[in-house]
This record gives sequence, C-alpha cells and structure tokens, in this order.
Amino acid sequence: MKLLPPLLAAALAVSCGLAGAVTLRVANQGDAQSMDPHSLNETLQLTFTGNVYEPLVGRDRKLALQPVLATEWKQTSPTVWRFELRKGVTFHDGTPFSADDVVFSLKRAAGEGSDMQSYTSPFKEVRKVGPLTVEIETLAPFPILPDVLTNVFMMSRKWCEENKAVIPVDRRKGIENTASFKANGTGPFRLKERQPSTRTVLIRNGSYWGKVDGNVDEVIFTPIGSAPTRVAALLSGEIDLIEPVPLQDIERIKASPNLKVSQGPELRTIFLGMDQKRDELLFSSVKGRNPFKDKRVRQAFYQAIDIETIKTRVMRGASLPSALMVGPGIRGFTPEQNRRLPYDVEAAKKLMAEAGYAGGFEVSLNCPNDRYVNDADICQAVAANLARIGVKVNLQTETKVTYFPKILRRDTSFYLLGWTPSTYDAHNALTSLMATPTDKGQGQFNLGSYSNPKVDELTLKIQSETDQAKRNAMIKEAFELHANDIGHIPLHQQSLASAMKKNVDIVQLPDNFMPYKWVTVK
Amino acid sequence: MTGALGRFLDGDLWYSFRRSRTAMAAALVAFACVFGALFAEFVAPHNPMDLATLELADARLPPAWAAEGSRKYVLGTDDQGRDILSALMYGSRISLFVGVASVLVSLVVGVSLGLLAGFVGGRTDAFIMRLCDVMLSFPPILIALLIYGIGRALFPNAHETLAFAVLITAISLTGWVQYARTVRGSTLVERHKEYVQAARLIGVPTLRIMRRHVLPNVTGPVMVLATIQVASAILIEATLSFLGVGVPPTSPSLGTLIRVGNDLLFSGEWWITVFPGVMLVMIALSVNLLGDWLRDALNPKLR
Repeated sequence: MKLLPPLLAAALAVSCGLAGAVTLRVANQGDAQSMDPHSLNETLQLTFTGNVYEPLVGRDRKLALQPVLATEWKQTSPTVWRFELRKGVTFHDGTPFSADDVVFSLKRAAGEGSDMQSYTSPFKEVRKVGPLTVEIETLAPFPILPDVLTNVFMMSRKWCEENKAVIPVDRRKGIENTASFKANGTGPFRLKERQPSTRTVLIRNGSYWGKVDGNVDEVIFTPIGSAPTRVAALLSGEIDLIEPVPLQDIERIKASPNLKVSQGPELRTIFLGMDQKRDELLFSSVKGRNPFKDKRVRQAFYQAIDIETIKTRVMRGASLPSALMVGPGIRGFTPEQNRRLPYDVEAAKKLMAEAGYAGGFEVSLNCPNDRYVNDADICQAVAANLARIGVKVNLQTETKVTYFPKILRRDTSFYLLGWTPSTYDAHNALTSLMATPTDKGQGQFNLGSYSNPKVDELTLKIQSETDQAKRNAMIKEAFELHANDIGHIPLHQQSLASAMKKNVDIVQLPDNFMPYKWVTVK
Repeated sequence: MTGALGRFLDGDLWYSFRRSRTAMAAALVAFACVFGALFAEFVAPHNPMDLATLELADARLPPAWAAEGSRKYVLGTDDQGRDILSALMYGSRISLFVGVASVLVSLVVGVSLGLLAGFVGGRTDAFIMRLCDVMLSFPPILIALLIYGIGRALFPNAHETLAFAVLITAISLTGWVQYARTVRGSTLVERHKEYVQAARLIGVPTLRIMRRHVLPNVTGPVMVLATIQVASAILIEATLSFLGVGVPPTSPSLGTLIRVGNDLLFSGEWWITVFPGVMLVMIALSVNLLGDWLRDALNPKLR
C-alpha cells in the first residue's frame, strides 16, 4: 500500500507532461472504413486518410488548387501533363519521396481493387522522367487533370512492397492487408493507433516538410453513430468536436456557454431520380407503360413539391433550394440558370390530367434514412406533397448499407440521391449523373437512365475542351437541356454543421473535408 | 349466449376480477387503448395516414397548452405535421396488431413444440431443443432481413402487405423459442405426476393427455411470458421499421414515433417521443398486469 502514493505521483507527473500537448477529441457519425487511401472513394475516408497521406496537388481553404507533393505542373502537349515533385520530403518511416513512389501510387490507384479508378480512367501512361519529375499521358486532352489528382494519395513503394500491400484493400470483397491498419504517408499526422469502428489516434509528424497552421498534437477519433449520443458527448465535455450536428440540436448547442456551431453550405446536391428507361416501372400500379417517360408527369412531380416548406420545416432553414444538379462553388455553375419551376399544385394536377393520369397512380419511392441530412423526412414530405396530385407514394426508407447496393443495381423506380462532384467541376455531374449509361463508366450514377444524345455529345466535348469560356457555354447548354427535359428533380444543397468547444477553431469547408492541420485549440 | 355470459358472471373469474382493483384499472386502460386503436377513424380528430391532409407547415407544434400550441392539435404535431393524438391511435393499432399477431403465432408454435419435446422426450426433444439453440443464436433482425429477401424475390410488387407479413413472421420466428423452452420445462415436471400416469393407465391417447391434462397445467408461465412479449414485439417492430423492413414511415407505428422523437429530445421537442412512449408503457403495463392477475386467478394453488 505504501508504494501506491509514489506511483500515483509518478503517473500524475507523466500525465502532466503530456497535458502540454494539445489533444483534439473528435466524434463523427461514421468511421473511415480502412486506412488504405485507395480503398474507398468516399468523403470521410478521403478526408481522414488525407491527414496521413498527401496528393500531388491539393486544395487550399478556398478550394483553389495548391501545390502539395508536386511544386509545379504544366501541360507539355494537349495529352501530356508534367509534374515537378517537391524536394526533401520523407515518408513517416524515413524513406525519401521520389518519382518512383508517384508512378507506383498512380498504378496502384488505377489497378484492381482500387476505388479510385474513376479518377485514373483517362490515363494512358504514367512515366518517370527524372528522379523528381513525372509525366502523365492521357487518352484524350484532359484539362482538369490536376483537379482529379487532389483525391489520389501517394504511398511509399518500398513500404507497400515490404508490407505486402501493393494491391489496394477491397472492403467490398473482404480483401484486407496491412495498409488497412497501418499507414506510412508524408502527411502532417502519423497513424498511432487503429481500432476499426472504435478509436483511431493520430499524432503530429515532427519531421513534416510543410508548415502546419494549427496546433493540434494528437487527434483521437471516435465514431458515434447515434446523433443524440454524439450531442450528449459534446455537451458533457467528453468530446471537443462533433460532426455532423443534427439540425434540431443546433439551437440547443448554441445556447450552451462553452460550445459553438460552425455552419456552411455543402457542395452536395440532393435530388430525385426517376426510371425513364424501362417500358414498365418495377414498382408502380401503372401496367404496360412507364409514366416517367412522359415529361408532363415528371414536371407535375417537380411542381407538386413544396421545396420552401421542406426548407423551413424539414431542414430548419439549413438548405438552399436548387434548380440545377450542381450548386454554387462548382465550376460551371451559373446563378442565372438556378431558377426552379414554381411550386404549383393546380398546374401539376393539370399536367397529370393531360398526360392521362388524372386519377394519379401508385409508385414506390426509395430513400436512405441515415445518409443525408434528414433524408427520410424529406422523402416523407415529398410523399405528402405528391398525395395532393393523386400520386400514392409507397415510401421505403432504409439504412444506407442496404439502400446503396439496391439502387446501384437500378432496382428502383423513383429514388433520392445526393451528389458532390468530387472534382468541383460540373463535368463530373454531367458524366456521372446525366450522361446515358454506358459500360465505360459514363452515367454510372444515372440510375434512372435519363438519356439525351445532345447532352452526351456536349459532355464528351466538355471533357476535352481547354477554352474556359467555350467550356462554360457548353456546360450551360447541357444543363439547360437537362432542366428542360426534367431529367431529374433537383431539391436542394444541404448545409453542413459541426459543433465544438468555444476554444476550438476549425475551417469549415464546403466539400465536407476537415484537415486537422488547420484546427487550432486555444 | 346469455347462458354463457351468465355463467361467466357467476363464475370465479369474474368474482376475482371484481375483487382486484389492479385488474380493473388495467382492464380499463387496456380497453381504452384498444378502443382508440380499433375505432381510430371515428375517434381521432385527424387521419395521419392520409398524406394529402398533412400540413408540413404545421410540423413540430407543441401541445395545445404550450404558448405556441394550437387547439387544432391537442398533443402537438410531429416532424411531418401529423397530429400526435391521432397518430397515437392509428399507430397503436399497427403496434397492437403486430404485437398480438406475432405473439399468437409464436405462442402456438412454441407451446406445441415445447409440449411435444417435453412429453415425448428422446430424440424429438433433443432435436427441438437444438433447433431452439440455433434460433437463439440469430438475432430477430437478421431473420427478418432473410425473410424479407425471400419475400421480395417471391412477390416483387407487394410492399406494404408484405411488410406486415415479414414483420410478424420475423418476430414470431425468434419469439417461439422462449415458449418452447418454458413449456418443455414445465412439461418435464408434469409428465411424471400421478394424474398423468393415471390417465395413461386408463388408456387415454397421448395427444389427448397432452392437450387436456398437461397443457392446462403449464399455461401459467406462458401467460406471463405472452404479456411481456407483446411489449417486446412492439419494440422489435420499431427497430425493423428503422432498417426499412418494417412498416413504411408514412404509416407510423408507436415504435416509429418513439424513434423519430428520440432524435428530437435535446432540441426540446419532447412531446413527439414522450406521448408515444407513455402510450407504449400504458399498453405494456396494463397487458402485463392483466396477465399477472389472470395467472393468479387461474392458478388453483393460490385459491
């Protein structure tokens, strides 16, 4: 017993010594699925691994391109981009960073099991030109290549080979390797501890090549799925920073003297899609034909939705109703074009009658209930709106784990989806959401198979057009065509909210990324 | 008919009921809940299932006595503008239906299998009990997802009716194990008693012994279990609805209302979860108390 007090004193001394270090305790709705930066193309995954690994080209606080591991880049011919790499960068294990690592990483990202193939698909060849110079040759002129590279992180070739992690982790097939649990990047933080879906700890990389604006030495990341529990953890002081904050709790948190809320618009657009391909809808009372093939029906649905009330009641004001499939902040967005058709139940009823559905019909609406802000509530409100024009919506809401595989199989007639163009460029929305689906990856998320050959043609041209003015004009035209066709029903851009202690300062980015190097704890 | 009623009113059961205040109070509450649920169309001020009548602009209004409350909605409205009072009545209908139906199904299956296992013994017993062990190792949610998948493949277009069938099958498929185990235990005790031996000796067929002699003597614990299971079935239903295999969110059950309201607790909109919660407690408690009373009343040893 006598030994205990000295031991306690020693323990206290040790913990006091550590107390000088700044620790940030973060709770998020979900967990990064793996520490492998090429395993999943998803925001949380990218932003978290982005603290440990770095891309060639990054983004600053205004989302403008910024040199990271490449110091400069230029097009040496229409299809070739040359990147000069940063000198004196080392990985966390001390290995110097070189052109070999870039060639290896881009090959890994393009290879089997990688979820980054949508970024690397235009590549023809990646070659080493000098010890710190790399060239990327593309199949066709590709003006937005640097934008595309911002989410492709660089790994160490030596480390991957030594750890048998040359092929990316593929969670969907259950393939795991060392890269899922350990990490060796060039970033401002090292991975110290990894317990999937429980706790992940990052510590500051003392030999980081760049300047770190924030002062956080250690980040303890805990996923807390239940929204009320997450908020309770913040209120009790157990956690310093939570995201996202449920909309209904924003006022409560703001009222607390020690806490604050940071809100900002997100680049994600929430919209409804309709099956316009099948001759008969899978889930509808209409037999022998597909009512969504009739533009009047699509327009009636559009005009029957009371987006302003959804904004005030369901979203508690935290949304921006949208007429376009992309929002402000995306290259190619034009404010003048962003005018929604008016909410008009009478006009909608008339359109339904003209289309021959005066009595309405029944259709199933698929909706996630834990992916976007108040997603299931939006769908319920839409169902209530459509009931007024005689459409009986059989609403089916479910968790994202079952929802996404289902709608990606196109096993739906009418669905809700949200989309952030990961290149911050309208072309991404055009090619993923609006182009006619092909086996080459176009229209991969055009789940209702909306199709207009004119839009497809413009999409292809936009991809390789280097003249910004011409390019913007074409984007505008394509959006115009899509809006006139009512290819989808855009709803709104949601707001992002995170909440934290008053002494924590973060940079709220519209792409939902949160680099810990920009976090300051006073 | 009057004869039967007369007999009942003269009988022990009615006598004991009138002497137990708890039973009378519980019966009154249960009756009120069931009445409201059955006749919701006539009693409820609004129809929350009729989407065309919902006013989203009226969403999240507090109860009528609060400052911002409206007299139109006595207990306030939920996040979609549904009148809570009406939603309670319509919602408890769904919950009660799912709860009672799944308990009935699992009761019938569980009691028969338990009786069989306990009475016949040997390999039959071993087989049934191992089956129970296997069933216990699957959570109801997993079974529901499995049944839902099968149902979906068989009837691709019947979502709403299918939802109920899936729910009831899923909850009953895991629920019957409790009954089977309880009944088997009691049966093992009963079958060695003299009255069973006597019935055997005078040549009563096995099935008849099981039905007329053993069954009445093992129903006590089953009654108690059944009343508890009604409440837990209602809660499982809420979980499954959240996963998308339960009732659609446009026709909310009590469980769905509680789950939705739970997310709004910190923001001060307490009425969305508290009223359905109170309703659930009232239903569960009154059914439990009635079950308790019934067990005592039917137990010859306590008379």
